[in-house]
Amino acid sequence: MRLPTWLAVHLAALRALLVLTVLLGLAYPLATVAVGRMPGLADNTGGSLVTVDGRAVGSTLIGQSFTDAGGNPVPRYFQSRPSAAGDGYDPTSTGASNLGPESVVDTIATEPAESRPSLLTRVCARSKAVGELDGVDGRRPYCTADGVGAVLAVFRRDGLTGPVTRVVSVNQVAPAVPFLASYQGVPVELARPGEDYVSAGGLVTPIRGDAPAEPAVPADAVTASASGLDPHISPAYAEIQVTRVARERDADPAAVRRLVREYTTGRVLGFMGSPGVNVLELNLALDERFPVR
Amino acid sequence: MSETAAGALFTLSLAVALAAVHRPFGNYLYRVVAGTRHTRVERGVYRLVGVEPTAEQSWGVYARSLLAFSAVSVLFLYAFLRLQNHLWLSLGFGPVVAHGAWNTAVSFVTNTNWQWYPGESTMGHLVQMAGLAVQNFVSAAVGIAVAVVLVRGFARRRTGDLGNFWVDLTRITLRILLPMSVLAAIVLMIGGVVQNLSAGTDVSTLTGGGQTVTGGPVASQEAIKDLGTNGGGFYNANSAHPFENPTAWTNWLQIFLLLVIPFSLPRVFGRMVGQVRQGYAVAAVMAVLAIASVTLTNAFELAGNGTVPHAVGAALEGKEVRFGVPDSATFAAATTLTSTGSVNSSHDSYTALGGMMTMGNMMLGEVAPGGVGAGLYGMLVLAVVTVFVAGLMVGRTPEYVGKKIGSREIKLASLFFLVSPALALVGTASAFATGNDATALNVGPHALSEVLYAFTSASNNNGSAFAGLVAGTPWWNTALGVCMLLGRFLPIVFVLALAGSLARQQPTPASEGTLPTDRPLFVGMVVGVTVILVALTFLPALALGPLAEGL
Repeated sequence: MRLPTWLAVHLAALRALLVLTVLLGLAYPLATVAVGRMPGLADNTGGSLVTVDGRAVGSTLIGQSFTDAGGNPVPRYFQSRPSAAGDGYDPTSTGASNLGPESVVDTIATEPAESRPSLLTRVCARSKAVGELDGVDGRRPYCTADGVGAVLAVFRRDGLTGPVTRVVSVNQVAPAVPFLASYQGVPVELARPGEDYVSAGGLVTPIRGDAPAEPAVPADAVTASASGLDPHISPAYAEIQVTRVARERDADPAAVRRLVREYTTGRVLGFMGSPGVNVLELNLALDERFPVR
Repeated sequence: MSETAAGALFTLSLAVALAAVHRPFGNYLYRVVAGTRHTRVERGVYRLVGVEPTAEQSWGVYARSLLAFSAVSVLFLYAFLRLQNHLWLSLGFGPVVAHGAWNTAVSFVTNTNWQWYPGESTMGHLVQMAGLAVQNFVSAAVGIAVAVVLVRGFARRRTGDLGNFWVDLTRITLRILLPMSVLAAIVLMIGGVVQNLSAGTDVSTLTGGGQTVTGGPVASQEAIKDLGTNGGGFYNANSAHPFENPTAWTNWLQIFLLLVIPFSLPRVFGRMVGQVRQGYAVAAVMAVLAIASVTLTNAFELAGNGTVPHAVGAALEGKEVRFGVPDSATFAAATTLTSTGSVNSSHDSYTALGGMMTMGNMMLGEVAPGGVGAGLYGMLVLAVVTVFVAGLMVGRTPEYVGKKIGSREIKLASLFFLVSPALALVGTASAFATGNDATALNVGPHALSEVLYAFTSASNNNGSAFAGLVAGTPWWNTALGVCMLLGRFLPIVFVLALAGSLARQQPTPASEGTLPTDRPLFVGMVVGVTVILVALTFLPALALGPLAEGL
């Protein structure tokens, strides 16, 4: 019996797919797994795990949080970058914050659980926290002294033009003090939870402030990575942490600094990527060289 | 070395490597698709499939074979995703929800690899390697096959025969994609990419917290993900994940892999039509557009304009330290200039204009150099449009590599060009009309960018995302699935029909009045036509999104 052409072609398609599935979907990946088991590759393909006293403590490729159960930084360790993966460095929930460059107005709801800080406020809050932890100036452009985005909603009489009628500091709520007392002669109010000043016609106006153009807290310390698992920090971020870590471990800062340099990788071939310090490897080396008594 | 200089060297080294490789590799590709010998393995495959490898197909038969194969693939993958919990290595994950399975099945069969789901918490290892990764291979092979058919249309004369789909599919897969993937997978494993069947290793971190170090057959999938310009990440973070892309040099390698086939295919075109200079001209158009786009994306990201980048001091949100800003920007440009759509940084957090570049690259129709195969056939259609425009200006019948561009040809070329902008713009409008833009994470112009990006990505089969958009809802999965399906197969049918009508012609010998299509003048004209067509189509939408945000 001859099959109708349309059916024959679909049967051929199905057979082709099955044959290719066996070749490409089973033989190829499983053979690659077998190759990956070879000595020299097995460590890599197994996930570059590091063990201390026979116990796996992580992977050199995957960053981790060096925080206590309450989420506070453990001061004797170098700290990783902020992370948007789950509750931080969760490999089962990888990803970035995905907030845009003009995410500057916080959502402050009446229910605190529904509030969502803007990217700018996250950056400012991190900068302030890192500054306090490491004893450096945590100020940044467009940030208030209390660590939120310095952003005003400016209301004008005729919408986009005309004299200013009302000014609200949209990311600050009571009991904060407005970061500016007045704007073009109009006193600045605090925001009230649940209010949307942008929809109400306020023009979003970020205020630069007088923070230094090159903040003391480096860029990677205040931004989340793409994967949420970034194993590296910049040498600059490591540098501002040296004093604190050395103090906590009763170690000579110069010795700690030398160790940081040992775990710093430059650009591959001098031009690929950017220099970084592997935080887990550095902290493991610290525990070995300068154990906390 | 300064960041900018290092970034420039990074791009330059890629350009040099591609320039060195595209000729010999293109020659190899040419021998694969033009050869007449069948290897023993291939003959075995043909016997199992039940096809006669020497039988030539007309464009219609070729199209029906291709569509049948793709339809069966969608159904097979859909069933696979729905039933994964009953299969080996499911890691305890349940069946993929129906609208999600539809979206993902279409997404991988169309070479889009748009992902609404996070890989590490949705897909078991078996469905990743035997379902998704198989489509990474065959969807790429389908794209290359269609390009080859169009080239045959230019090269052949007075015939209906355009090759055999099953032979093209098998050869491209077994002689090009598979051996290169094996090689790439081994190199990636040396770089630190994982390749195991583990469900994950629970570790106790230095400060006493818990962490699950995930496993999976990643290297084998990563290789074809890049090489086939697929882009579907094993993990949610895609090529930003240290297990997919562990070092700055694997990052270089991945960009190279995703550009190497698209940039080598013009050589195949030149060889097959018997005028290698025509191939160079096409490659030159691709290179001009690509270099301009990579440079601009780097410039915008390094300038770091915008309130948050100014506060931070660099556009570092959503970028990895090991790659840095410039290498992330180069990856972003390369992934959107091809149809790859894998990401090593969060495009959503790019500066407004840097993010616009990634969108603009897709809007160009992904022709510089484009997806594997799709880039070449897209570029050849643009060349056809260009000779037509030039012909109108001087009042002559336009011709391209000896074939007349008559009314049937130009109709097919125009239809080809209209599909993806129509889908992208109608889709974006319908999201706003139905209130489904509300799932965007950001607000204001950036929310429009997120929606526009999603539809542009789906309609052009790119698959990358402004990932702030929550696209796992029934409406989004269905709508984007439709866009991916139409955005892939309508243009393919138009291209095959165009090939059929070109192959029937007797070539016209070049005369005094023929526009030479292998000179810099023509290269410049194609670049101009491409950019102007895109600008006219998308400028209003871009003005409301990234331009409003960035200017």
